[in-house]
Amino acid sequence: MPQRIPVVEKILSANDRLATENQSRFDSSKVFAINMMASPGAGKTSLVEQTIKGLEGRLRVGMINGDIATSFDADRAQAAGATAIQINTGGDCHLDAVMVQSAISQLDLGVLDLVIIENVGNLVCPADFKLGTHISVLVASVPEGDDKPYKYPGMYRGVNAVVINKIDLLPYVPFRMDFFKKGIEVLNPGVTQFELSCRTGEGLSDWLAWLERQVKEFKAS
Amino acid sequence: MHELAVTESLLEIAIRHAQAQNAHRITDLYLVIGKWSSIVDDSVQFYWDIISDGTIAKGATLHFQRVPVVITCQDCGKEYQPASEEFACPHCGGTHAKVKSGDEFRLEAIDVEE
Repeated sequence: MPQRIPVVEKILSANDRLATENQSRFDSSKVFAINMMASPGAGKTSLVEQTIKGLEGRLRVGMINGDIATSFDADRAQAAGATAIQINTGGDCHLDAVMVQSAISQLDLGVLDLVIIENVGNLVCPADFKLGTHISVLVASVPEGDDKPYKYPGMYRGVNAVVINKIDLLPYVPFRMDFFKKGIEVLNPGVTQFELSCRTGEGLSDWLAWLERQVKEFKAS
Repeated sequence: MHELAVTESLLEIAIRHAQAQNAHRITDLYLVIGKWSSIVDDSVQFYWDIISDGTIAKGATLHFQRVPVVITCQDCGKEYQPASEEFACPHCGGTHAKVKSGDEFRLEAIDVEE
């Protein structure tokens, strides 16, 4: 006779456990870590570059970059002045806690204040895999369209901040900011939002100030 | 998109729980998946047939219980299922929402034989 065994376990519990271990490593070195997610082309790497440059002399930044095949993005971060570790997922659509664990070992956490993990460009899969970062940031962009919160609710629900990039294109692209924000508000009430352009620099200072404050508060805690 | 990783995790959890009960065969798995969890049932089934081969879970049937997205409106207190193009409350137009269900992503139970 078959017997029913109650399990009630989250399907990605093994990844979650490892993510907790990753976070402990960041914690013990007093390094603040963020998971930056977006669709391909939203401007993740541009925001990383601007962030590294903007925080130069204020915070020591390391970067872990997830990419399917190339190291273009890590190269850009390195050129901007950060220590950058490249993870090639070899086709995987997201980073997971195992990949991040091995990347952390290649970073000297003792000389860093902030680690930015740039996930694989994808609005679906990265949302399900915790990495062990303290916060998650979603980079949206105007040309993607204003319907993205409605199409990718899982992604918009799980993040601590939404950066709306490429606002310099607002005059040229049909993008209803109020419709976009209404979707975010339902999915993630009160989430921190920034409107900026990595190209013109507009709005960047608010983002940088906020991020610096997050790191300082974390270090003081 | 990442159903292989999900299916591998599923197999690991099921075998661990079965072995803890000294079971020698897993016949059924009961999954609870919210509509907002981005998992394709057919794809999990496809990987399952391949990776469960040679394990005590070979041939086990996967049962998917899909949970709809239900939102509780914080303005009027009513519950609703959001339309794909509009998340606001259809009763009062409010946007202060609390997601009641739809995020589930767990293995609820397994059936085993000694």
